[in-house]
Amino acid sequence: MKPMVEITNVNKYYGDNHVVKDVSFSIFDGEFLTMLGPSGCGKTTTLRMIAGFEEPTNGSILVGGENVSDKEPFERDVNTVFQSYALFPHKTIYDNIAFGLKMKKVKKEEIKERVTEMLSLVQLEGFEKRMPSQLSGGQKQRVAIARALINRPKVLLLDEPLGALDLKLRKQMQIELKRLQKKLGITFVYVTHDQEEALTMSDRIAVMNGGILEQLGTPDEIYEKPKSKFVADFIGESNVFEARVEEVQKGALSLRTETGTVTAKNDACVQNEIVYISVRPEKLQFSEKEVEGFHLTGVVKEHIYVGSFIRSIVVLQNGFEVKLNRLAGSDLPPVASVTNLYWEKEHAVVMHSRQHQIFSLIDNVDLGEHYETETAL
Amino acid sequence: MKLKQRFKKSLPKLVTVSPVSIWLLILIAIPLVYVLVISFASRSPSGGIEFAFTLENYGKLASADYLKIYGQSILIAFFTTVISIFISYPFAYHMANSSKTKRTILMLLVIVPFWTNSLIRLYGWKTILGTEGVLNNLLMDAHIIKEPLNMLFTTPAVVLGMCYTLLPFMILPLYASIEKLDRALLEAASDLGAKRIHSFFHVTLPLTSPGIFAGSIMVFIPALGYFFVSDLLGGGNTMLIGNLIKNQFNTSQNWPLGAALSIVLIIVTLILVKIYTKVGGKIDDLGVA
Repeated sequence: MKPMVEITNVNKYYGDNHVVKDVSFSIFDGEFLTMLGPSGCGKTTTLRMIAGFEEPTNGSILVGGENVSDKEPFERDVNTVFQSYALFPHKTIYDNIAFGLKMKKVKKEEIKERVTEMLSLVQLEGFEKRMPSQLSGGQKQRVAIARALINRPKVLLLDEPLGALDLKLRKQMQIELKRLQKKLGITFVYVTHDQEEALTMSDRIAVMNGGILEQLGTPDEIYEKPKSKFVADFIGESNVFEARVEEVQKGALSLRTETGTVTAKNDACVQNEIVYISVRPEKLQFSEKEVEGFHLTGVVKEHIYVGSFIRSIVVLQNGFEVKLNRLAGSDLPPVASVTNLYWEKEHAVVMHSRQHQIFSLIDNVDLGEHYETETAL
Repeated sequence: MKLKQRFKKSLPKLVTVSPVSIWLLILIAIPLVYVLVISFASRSPSGGIEFAFTLENYGKLASADYLKIYGQSILIAFFTTVISIFISYPFAYHMANSSKTKRTILMLLVIVPFWTNSLIRLYGWKTILGTEGVLNNLLMDAHIIKEPLNMLFTTPAVVLGMCYTLLPFMILPLYASIEKLDRALLEAASDLGAKRIHSFFHVTLPLTSPGIFAGSIMVFIPALGYFFVSDLLGGGNTMLIGNLIKNQFNTSQNWPLGAALSIVLIIVTLILVKIYTKVGGKIDDLGVA
């Protein structure tokens, strides 16, 4: 697949404020890529740099192989759907959608044809003469999408487009957007802070935090194999333990946490390294007896029935609350009893902590391959 | 009994609203009604008012001499308004897009002259524009002109004085409407392929037109009536509706005619404001409240 958007070593400063830190990644042609992260993580700034509303302090942005870094927004083959819709309040729906084509001096008959086509695409036939103020939030959003798509952009940028809609409409629009993207085959770059939205819609997700690109991967990779503590915490729910590698056997690690010993699959770890282990609540299991490789006990605090599953909270000796999701109907230890916890070793994700570098240096251990991959991140 | 209860119920309202109502009654409503009443009275030979209903005053308003004055006055007000728009728009636009501190400074520059009596400021213009004035001396010294230009006591001088005096009334509503403009709309226009000039004519200008309209009303109407500007800078060569009204009350001692003229001016004003609100303008944006 050829890249449609190439972002290379892009930095953005607002005065002394470094909001996007050396971000590099490519977006493929026809891909639905989501930039996900908490507010202030630099995702919107990155999007606005692709659109041309902000200029990167340094680095380059290519769209369709062409360097657009110092081009004006009106010179770029990308269009944006704004969070606030930004429909022109003094123009009818027809004129709003036709605006881009009018600017390109497209013939009137063709404009009419294409506006009609767009209105049917977003299911707003018959709304031509209305004013934006007469539409609901969801309808405005459709107009905003139609207004952008009518220009047949190479890339459609969407800045939290569903942020202002209620939950039900949001879900519906998620499905519609995804369908639209598949049908048109246009590259979508989507910004959201909603991880569920990102997981359900995207081909790939770029997780950002504090101006840094934490991880780029498919929803599956991001969820199953988070590369950092932040990603594990931010995407879905997770129990994250800090641990030190005690022993490296073939294929397995023995790790010591503050409250006991656990096991995980080896992932380029070295002895004495400090790592984070992330285990999803649905992967954690109760056991009456101690399971081989595990010495992790806690007191059952409560079971909460959440429809299809039961959410259990177990408190470890250091006060850390572990979350478990078990299927309703499975055997559960009674509240206030002491229980053993374990997981299948392949269900634990080991993440190299940033501390390990210092740790390794002190212990004078060979840094190995993972050190390079870590710094490359 | 019922009446008493009702009175008790509305007492708080009466107490709180009354001072304002009384204030408005004494200072605005009563004088206005008085003007309206005497506009239907006639002038006594001694210059007083004879209260006998007549439409004579309104009839006189249509005389050829007066029509000429209205025409001139409207023309001056029109030019004043148009020139004010062209001066104020770039200024207000710049102000709305400036940093907070710069905005405050610019705002002060607009407002501070307000704190000096406008008569004194107009006298300042007199010393600039006069035959022996600053501007003529400067141009003569620079050998650009040989004879002093006749600038003072001309119609352009009146327009200049009007613009100068009324500029803040144009800048402030314009600033308010430009500042309110959603910047995302400009980004959207640019995103959709509009160059800056197109963004301006398709988005900025139509969306700030209420500000232009508000400013125009605020400038046009006073420009019809600011007699002191034409007195000082027009030197009596330029008669405005304002001068006409003033003369009726002063020199001619014909209050009923002056009152009739005032009433017509008030009605014109109200019609303009009505049009303004009809096209979607807000009374608050006029800044009169």
